Amino acid sequence: MEPKNNKPIIVIKDLVKSFGDKVILDGFNLTVERGTNVVILGKSGSGKSVLIKCIIGLLKPESGSIFVNEDNITALSEDELDETRTKIGFLFQSNALYDSMTIRENLEFPLLRHWVDITREEVDRLVSEALENVDLLHTIDMMPSELSGGMLKRVALARTMILRPEIILYDEPTTGLDPVTSREIENLILKLQEKNHTSSIIISHDMNCVKNTADVVVLLLEGKSYAQGSFEELAQSTDKNIKQFFD
Amino acid sequence: MDETGKVASFTGRFFSVGIQPRYENRELLNQCYKIGYLSFPLVGLTSFIMGLVLTMQLRPSLVDYGVESQLPVMVGLAIVREIGPVITALIFAGKIGSSIGAELGSMKVTEQIDAMTVSGIKPYKYLVATRVLATTLMLPLLTILGDGISLFGSYLGVNIRSVTSIDLFFLQVFKSLDFSDVLPAIIKTLFFGFAVGIVGCYKGFSSSKGTQGVGVSANSAVVLSSVMIFVIDLLAVQITELMGLN
Repeated sequence: MEPKNNKPIIVIKDLVKSFGDKVILDGFNLTVERGTNVVILGKSGSGKSVLIKCIIGLLKPESGSIFVNEDNITALSEDELDETRTKIGFLFQSNALYDSMTIRENLEFPLLRHWVDITREEVDRLVSEALENVDLLHTIDMMPSELSGGMLKRVALARTMILRPEIILYDEPTTGLDPVTSREIENLILKLQEKNHTSSIIISHDMNCVKNTADVVVLLLEGKSYAQGSFEELAQSTDKNIKQFFD
Repeated sequence: MDETGKVASFTGRFFSVGIQPRYENRELLNQCYKIGYLSFPLVGLTSFIMGLVLTMQLRPSLVDYGVESQLPVMVGLAIVREIGPVITALIFAGKIGSSIGAELGSMKVTEQIDAMTVSGIKPYKYLVATRVLATTLMLPLLTILGDGISLFGSYLGVNIRSVTSIDLFFLQVFKSLDFSDVLPAIIKTLFFGFAVGIVGCYKGFSSSKGTQGVGVSANSAVVLSSVMIFVIDLLAVQITELMGLN
């Protein structure tokens, strides 16, 4: 029997999602191999964020299936979905840090609710380690409102990583950041992926981010996976729909 | 009808998701402090003024009929049975309903509620169940305290024009009150508190995108919970009548 960890970590088949009459995803297919970074490229409003929200179960697709570690997300009960979600990290474009909590409390929040037998010392150690990974240990007792945009992104990344997820979904991780901070975030994504052996889906239209982080680039066009390949392969394409992103 | 169905479904989740372990005791205590303790000054002040004004307004009519001595009895009954619970609940709806609607609405539009969901935590349990439980438990306590302060205000009101000892005033009030006056009044405040909490949370959770949506959530939470208070009050009076408690 083939070992489970050799199988793709995410398989999406014929995914359809619409809002009213507007079809956003129209039979989308994708396979993500373990340990790879897949970047979804597409125009604004093409359904990239909708896709990752379907993967995490925030949105319910009309049809199709999403297998994460062989569990069909679309067929799981609410409790089973919560269990699966602990293996998936999600970095929001807006960071979505809890603004009434300190940075420490933001990071502790998922830990204390999922690892119920964890000791106080262990919580403190994991929170400190997560913040050290993003070079922000000194912000531990600060409020999110006291941090800059780049720092908030790094704290959000630390919170995303704290439950040691196997998969991380990044929703436009460098949007709104200056080029230097964007580069820092990209390096952090790569560093944390190497350290924790995670697989990722990154939504982006920042071509520097795509180039630096992608093992595989998927072009989402008209609700379908229009093209797929390495950054270099797609950059050399003569197809006008692909070329417009690389020119 | 669609909205009614959604509110009913949202309320139903309190009895399914909300009461399942594991309990968010720390957050519940935090909410009881914010919702109960921090509301006390406002409720205390308004109750005091209400008792004082009610007494001063009633006094001339009672003097005309020669039943001025019945002033503590009338004010006591009015405050404990009806005015105290309803006014306290309306003040509570204005302060707490809008605060819950705006806070959760803001969390919704900034994706903080989604952030809880994607980390496998049920936001309903952490955010809604704790707040609804806190409003349900705190409003009866605030009403009891508010009634007491209101009666003290009334005592001062009586003493503006005549002289009555505090012992005699409260003796008259308590002699006129029955178990059937106090208990239904307190029980209905449990329902008022539940309504304020559930409506505030529902409006916050269903907030549309943008800052305008947050404002609408806060406003409609106050309007709907105030209407709900009157509807529950109407039902409560019918039920107590049917039970022969009036």
